[in-house]
Amino acid sequence: MTTKLFGAKVPRVEDQRFLRGQGRYVDDLLTDDPRLLHAAVLRSPHAHARIVDIDVSDVLDLDGVVAVWTWEDLTGPMAEPLPLLIPHPTLTHGRTQYALAREEVNYVGEAIAFVVAVDRYVAEDAVARIRVDYEHLQPVVGIAAARAAERTVHDDVPDNVGARMEQENGDARAAIAAAPHTLTLDLDIERSACTPMEGRGTVARWDPDTSRLTVWSSTQTSTGVRGCVAAKLGLDLAKVDVITPDVGGGFGVKVVHPWPEELLVPLAAKTLGRPVKYTEDRREHFISSAHERAQEHHVEVGFDDEGRVLGLDVEFWHDHGAYTPYGLIVPIITSTQLLGPYKPQNYRVVFESLYTNTVIVTPYRGAGRPQGCFVMERTMDAIAAYLGKDRTEVRSANFIQPDEFPYEHGLIFQDGRELTYDSGDYPASLAKLKELVGWDEFEDFRAEMAAQGRRVGIGLACYVEGTGVGPYEGAHVHIETSGKVKVATGLTTQGQGHQTAFAQIVADTLGVRFEDVEVTTGDTRKMPYAVGTFASRAAVMSGSAIHLAALRAKEKALRIAAEALEASEEDLEIADGVVSVKGTDASIDLGTVAVLSNPLRYAFDEASKAATQFSVGDPGKPPVAEGDEPGLEGKDFYSPPRSTFANGMHAVIVETDPDTAEITILKYAVVHDCGHLINPMIVEGQIHGGVAQGVGGALYERMAYDESGQLLNASFMDFLMPYVTEVPTSIDIDHLETPSPLNPLGIKGAGEAGVIPSAAVFAAAIEDAEGFPITAMPISPSELFELRLAHADEPDPTEAPTRSTP
Amino acid sequence: MSIPGAEQLHDVRLHVNGSVHEVQVPARRLLSDALRHDCGLTGTHVGCEHGVCGACTILVDGRPVRSCLMLAVSAVDAEITTVEGLTEDDGSLSPVQQAFSDCHGLQCGFCTPGFLTTITAGLADNPDPSEEEAREMIAGNLCRCTGYQNIVKSVLRAAELGKGDE
Ligand code: FES
Ligand code: FES
Repeated sequence: MTTKLFGAKVPRVEDQRFLRGQGRYVDDLLTDDPRLLHAAVLRSPHAHARIVDIDVSDVLDLDGVVAVWTWEDLTGPMAEPLPLLIPHPTLTHGRTQYALAREEVNYVGEAIAFVVAVDRYVAEDAVARIRVDYEHLQPVVGIAAARAAERTVHDDVPDNVGARMEQENGDARAAIAAAPHTLTLDLDIERSACTPMEGRGTVARWDPDTSRLTVWSSTQTSTGVRGCVAAKLGLDLAKVDVITPDVGGGFGVKVVHPWPEELLVPLAAKTLGRPVKYTEDRREHFISSAHERAQEHHVEVGFDDEGRVLGLDVEFWHDHGAYTPYGLIVPIITSTQLLGPYKPQNYRVVFESLYTNTVIVTPYRGAGRPQGCFVMERTMDAIAAYLGKDRTEVRSANFIQPDEFPYEHGLIFQDGRELTYDSGDYPASLAKLKELVGWDEFEDFRAEMAAQGRRVGIGLACYVEGTGVGPYEGAHVHIETSGKVKVATGLTTQGQGHQTAFAQIVADTLGVRFEDVEVTTGDTRKMPYAVGTFASRAAVMSGSAIHLAALRAKEKALRIAAEALEASEEDLEIADGVVSVKGTDASIDLGTVAVLSNPLRYAFDEASKAATQFSVGDPGKPPVAEGDEPGLEGKDFYSPPRSTFANGMHAVIVETDPDTAEITILKYAVVHDCGHLINPMIVEGQIHGGVAQGVGGALYERMAYDESGQLLNASFMDFLMPYVTEVPTSIDIDHLETPSPLNPLGIKGAGEAGVIPSAAVFAAAIEDAEGFPITAMPISPSELFELRLAHADEPDPTEAPTRSTP
Repeated sequence: MSIPGAEQLHDVRLHVNGSVHEVQVPARRLLSDALRHDCGLTGTHVGCEHGVCGACTILVDGRPVRSCLMLAVSAVDAEITTVEGLTEDDGSLSPVQQAFSDCHGLQCGFCTPGFLTTITAGLADNPDPSEEEAREMIAGNLCRCTGYQNIVKSVLRAAELGKGDE
């Protein structure tokens, strides 16, 4: 019997090529094609300006330069603004940029001209020769300036408000007014960014012999890019193939499509008849891809003596940058997901999404949830401090209970579906977390540390994460005559180990050897119907689709094998790629079944020779019976009624240095529930990576724009991403598995979990160590130092462990 | 690839992974670009081009060097090892590579070649690092995916595997 692979720590198959330097990322492609051309982009040095004139006359004189485009050179749909991908009725003033700026630039980094040359160095030389006359306009930088609206980003968007959205369940304001206790909090988070190690990249090749365009893109959605390229270039969809090879991390930023370069590269390749490559450099990634996180929140909450929330009213302002290609996904997620595992009796949320003259904002791992979690968890901590209660008690008083699932919040989620949680057991998770981090023993530890003159604090934060959003994914499973199984699913992969996790599912479902399964992702030639890899949806969506497709292939295999073995299907089992009649010696290889499935009888291999001993099919009927197809294949799609909801809780113990105000992580604990685990090793890896990104977001990362809209830290030297020296030395992880009833595998998705509670959990722990409220993140040592000075008159925190009541 | 026109080209002979690559490059061509685009050794990755991320780390005469901070013309007399050259002669993984596979020390794999070369050199210096020393060994390389815990484990595991080889 084949050992069960689902749930096992199977080593990853993709590692073999990565470890040998044989991965194929976009910039690795076509390197030996002498016809390959390279592109570079002229980007705006100004945050807000009108373009008076662009002079490219010096460019083509340069040896090696092949072509240059400005907006004037674009025609048809390419000259129109880029698509607004996810329109929403409340996005009343959605605006998108042009592939190349037309008349106006709205952020530093906006693409103005596109140069193609024999070499990237030469293309950059050429870019430097382009002369642009600007008429400077005053920029709007930051949420405060956007709200003040003394100036606007777009002339036709009053007050910089792109969208205003409100949702309410019950009557929050009345409930707060009637509540025994109320609190008000203002909570801010700054901009950060995905910053994958590989930036964006696109290669395109036009084949005049077949009139086909092939585009390779480092994207999180091949089908999305394909649709955009076809539409913008006026090509039939059937003429465009998009392939996503290995991708060096995405974390959200690569789900945006089309990036200007994703259109300009194919345009250039088709126009010039030569392959063209664009590889973003690090500075370009900072100033011209996307950021996230910046939001300011105002909270009013009413609660009873137990800390039960009776009414919660949240107002917040979201900085979406200069354009809104990806709609309102991020603030909608904040507005709904801030509820976490709790059930406020009455909830109202309203947000405004604001234009600023800074680079666009699109989902970054966690996508609006870190902000929401920060808001809710800071509120829980504030309630606990006010009532003088343990912070875990207040949370327990507000938890949705295990018997209350499915739990309806009476709100609409980002996918347009009801916000209804599928499953979870929050009290059990909290019990595990307290145990894991040593919550109940912490006061002893604090005293011990205080005796040594050391200052420590503990914090916890809980979250619920809507995962596995629809609408669908599909899969195709093909059992070849060799017995090898080829699987294709359309979504892409950026390091999550899909080739391994999906192969585990297929091996188990079909009963074949793991080594015999090969999975292809993100290739529109193999699976043209797909959505993409984001929102922790890959395992849920494609995993389920792959399982269903494998079941179909299996059904067919059993039908044919039953006929060949003259047995009944119920008596058959498949293990290690062999179908056998239970309890007998009678068996047939799956590869041989694959031959039998196709009445084309040429004995070109061993499997076909073997097949000649069996006879299947009714000789009275056509060789391929009506309703049947040749080949041993299965194809299916999975489309969920609504999102799954994973959840988790993190706790951290920090030490704050009395002199330098540096924050050191002493212990980090995670309890995580993403339903059934396909490969715990991969899930834990995702948590490790998420926690590191969260530590960065909470303590170091911020986009330092000056008032003129220049990003002052657009390099790895200045934007502080965690190295090994900044992350916890170990992370204690415990899993809870409450399976989702919404999909056949009971899985929920785990990609973003690690990052969601970071700002909240660190703020809580620092607050606990210092004894004054922490309301803005990230927090640098110098900021903590300033806060200490501001709160210097308050009592010694080592003697008053919880924050003073507001 | 040669660049036509005014730019003066230099004949450069690069010794990489035991083979000789004759390339013609302008003086300004980064070694990272020469390896990737002229020699076709795309295993070496470029994450920042300003010497901070470590993704482009290669071994130059056995020492870890950021190939984005070196010009191809200055590498003429050196013995270069890239990630492609780390595997054993029989094609099996080196202890460091094997350790990464054992410990799930990589996710997207983009930073991995720089870690593998850095650690290979680090273990040559210090074959038996403590956990603290293992962390120090990789403290100059950025990884956005793994959170580093498993990379630290990989260093220690590689040391173990390396000892087994002796
Ligand atoms: S690419 Fe050389 S150090 Fe980052
Ligand atoms: S594995 Fe992706 S950057 Fe390290």
